[in-house]
Amino acid sequence: MTLLIKTGQKMNKKCLFSILLLLLAVLLSACATQNSVIPANFAKPVKHYPQYQLHEKTLANGLKIIVKEDHRAPVVVSQIWYRVGSSYEANGLTGLSHVLEHMMFKGTENLGPNEFSKIIAANGGRENAFTGRDYTAYFQTMERNRFPVSFRLEADRMRNLVLDAEEFAKEIKVVMEERRMRTEDNPQRLTFEQFNAAAYVNSPYNIPVIGWMQDLESMSIEDLQTWYEYWYAPNNATLVVAGDVTPEEIFAEAEKHFASIKPTRVPVPKPQKEIAQIGERRIMVKAPAQVPYLIMGYKVPTIINAKEKWEPYALDVLASVLDGGSSARFSEELIRVKQVATSVGAGYDAFTPRQEIYTFSGTPAQGKTVQELEAAIKEELEKLKNKPVTAKELSRVKAQTVAGKVYQKDSVFYSAMTIGMLETIGINWQLGEEYENNIKKVTAAQVQEVAKRYFIDDTLTVAVLDPQEITQSRVSNVGGGRHAR
Amino acid sequence: MRASFFIVLMVAVINLAFAAPDIQTWKTSNGAKVLFVKAHELPMVDIRVVFDAGAARDISNSAVALMTNGMMPEGAGEFNANELASRFEGVGAGFGNSSHRDMSVFSLRSLTDKEWLDLAIDTFAIILSKPTFPQEAFDREIKRLLVGLEQKKQSPDAISSENMYKAVFAGHPYASLPEGTAESVKKLSVKDLKAFYKKYMVGKNAVVSIVGDVTTEQAKSISEKVVGGLPAGAKAADLPAVKALSKAEMIKIDFPSSQTKILIAQPGMRRGDPDYFPLFVGNHVLGGSGLVSILSDEIREKRGLSYSSYSYFSPMRVAGPFILGLGTKNESSKEALQVMKTTLKNFIEQGVSEAQLKAAKQNLTGGFALQLASNKKIVNNLSAIGFYELPLNYLDQYISNVEAVTVEQVRDAFKRRIHPDKMATVIVGGEQAQEVSSN
Repeated sequence: MTLLIKTGQKMNKKCLFSILLLLLAVLLSACATQNSVIPANFAKPVKHYPQYQLHEKTLANGLKIIVKEDHRAPVVVSQIWYRVGSSYEANGLTGLSHVLEHMMFKGTENLGPNEFSKIIAANGGRENAFTGRDYTAYFQTMERNRFPVSFRLEADRMRNLVLDAEEFAKEIKVVMEERRMRTEDNPQRLTFEQFNAAAYVNSPYNIPVIGWMQDLESMSIEDLQTWYEYWYAPNNATLVVAGDVTPEEIFAEAEKHFASIKPTRVPVPKPQKEIAQIGERRIMVKAPAQVPYLIMGYKVPTIINAKEKWEPYALDVLASVLDGGSSARFSEELIRVKQVATSVGAGYDAFTPRQEIYTFSGTPAQGKTVQELEAAIKEELEKLKNKPVTAKELSRVKAQTVAGKVYQKDSVFYSAMTIGMLETIGINWQLGEEYENNIKKVTAAQVQEVAKRYFIDDTLTVAVLDPQEITQSRVSNVGGGRHAR
Repeated sequence: MRASFFIVLMVAVINLAFAAPDIQTWKTSNGAKVLFVKAHELPMVDIRVVFDAGAARDISNSAVALMTNGMMPEGAGEFNANELASRFEGVGAGFGNSSHRDMSVFSLRSLTDKEWLDLAIDTFAIILSKPTFPQEAFDREIKRLLVGLEQKKQSPDAISSENMYKAVFAGHPYASLPEGTAESVKKLSVKDLKAFYKKYMVGKNAVVSIVGDVTTEQAKSISEKVVGGLPAGAKAADLPAVKALSKAEMIKIDFPSSQTKILIAQPGMRRGDPDYFPLFVGNHVLGGSGLVSILSDEIREKRGLSYSSYSYFSPMRVAGPFILGLGTKNESSKEALQVMKTTLKNFIEQGVSEAQLKAAKQNLTGGFALQLASNKKIVNNLSAIGFYELPLNYLDQYISNVEAVTVEQVRDAFKRRIHPDKMATVIVGGEQAQEVSSN
């Protein structure tokens, strides 16, 4: 089970994907200590937004339900989002949210290990889960009539999870294998993990979503039990259902399965706002590899903490000017004209609750160095500071945004995902719907302004992958089968 | 509530007639096959053109198929790469191209606003019918490819996959590497690309799939515009049949990784194979259904040996590979390999139970609607139907074909087709992996 959503490292900024990666907000943070008071009743009546074919309601226990109608195909996507992720974790306990996500498939008071998945499979469903810095989400995609199956199972594991020591002993090994596969044996991801840990000093965004290996090794079932009790509650969750359904049937069925679950006191995390960076940081990562790799990133604001509302949108437009396709500046200038990069990209998530890093990453062209690549990227940033982007570029970015919004609707899953992410970081989903308009309002002067304000060396972090020779590539070929000696 | 009750309750059979999309088909004036599905819900259209011009058409490992495909948007008609890209991106259109063993693929997604769509289609047609293969762009793209080849050497996945294809398809065009080898790639010239283009990018060797908010008349005009400028040419020759492996083979590559990647493979089946459904449904039970498969149960659920373990058939023009795979920490590689082998052997001997077969069918038929739930998925299906010459009612018949599979058919098909004692095993990993072959 489980996908890890790694954020902040996007080689190619694609319209669709950037919208999907709207992340989570609300100044929550790690290792909660305070307790909040539970309101007597969270209930909010049904509200309809016909222009978006969207409907919302909050149950008395605090579970918010959002229904997005899409009647193109007889399918339904059901996603439940919890406000917890790696940015809620403390040092020594990293990876907890993600391991708990794995354990959520290991049985409840009513179901045996893996039975959840078997039931969904027998119903023709596809299911999975993913953990990010600011959320943990579970989803099922099924034929439209089968959503009650999904609600029943999710309601069951929201409250009745059984954390079994034997199952945990096996599953923690699986997560360690996942870490080896995704990070340890992938030199670029390894470099990104180190970059992240260097760029953030006290923000919990310095924690890798999958956790540090030694924290996985020392994790206990009690740690998981505590984590589950802290965060898995209806008043810390959002249910998003999209597809060929009516709001009435969804609200009624959700009420039936979830309403009896009592709300809990959900901890209020500390702010852990990243301290100001007061000088450039540089690190090297030595790992077995063949090709060097560069990541550089500047501290930038997001939707949540921008001083001026337009800034994140201007930063998004800027990313598209540089990396919004094969006609964008990076492809044209760095790959084709100067031939300094084999690949190069810009990455920025405007929709995160914490201060974000605007990253540039790439591999140098044959015969070029990472230093030359870094200089070439910086030269492009200087151009943005010194001269407004052209009307043609702005018009291209806006056309791509308009089209991207239509294309995104082809995927019911991602429509639901955008809504779930925004809600989970504490932003109303309507901001997602207004994204296109906010991009359209961005001016060339604003793009120039954010370049000047934020691409400054004192907040820059640079990581370089220094390839270490892969020495042992010896092939032994043994014919005849099992008796190789 | 008891667990068993829970299941019975939830698998209440819901019979919903699900109509597969209505596929219209015709040929362009120069002989390209066209498949079209009208989808009026969103103001957009997806167009995909597939040529039988993949790496299987190049046995010299020169990457000529990949480079021909990749160079077409680098210059065409009077336009250079930047101008071509600007024409697409300025109207929000998405252009894509890729090259595989069987196929050379070009795709376009555009809004249906007339002015924007016309420009996007015009540009798409120019790339397909008037590529110029500029020398300067060629030199640059070769350099990028060489860096890509270096990058493959740092990926245990890429290394294992490449060696698996070499072992399973020795002597067959499928053994050729889509990205080529550095040695052969350096000998490639623009002349080779032009010759490859001229031979394979022709009307009779093309399949065009269209899904979107256009009328049949518009779709006909689009298909004519997009590939009509190509000469009719000839369909690519049949590929030779894939020979079964005659003996087991073990290929072990030492690599400084913390995990060992293990692949066990042999030739599998082709698209349209008479055993397609028994093998496909049977494999769903064995290792094709994620966490509920037998292989995942043995490797992950029972032993915690791997995050990802799987088996699959990759059906192609002729028999593509049948593969079992996983990654495990170096220290566990011996145990994992043993479990993989035992699981496969038991599966061949015992086949599937009625209950397992039923669960697989429920998953496949119950989830069929999901396979057609977006324009993108429909266009994928059209391309496969057109390219592999599957019957036009393939999607309509899918559910009944799955339902018709019996436990006997699965057992029989696996016994005849899969030979655990004659498979290639590829092991890529750290020092501990060395011991795997010395048992």
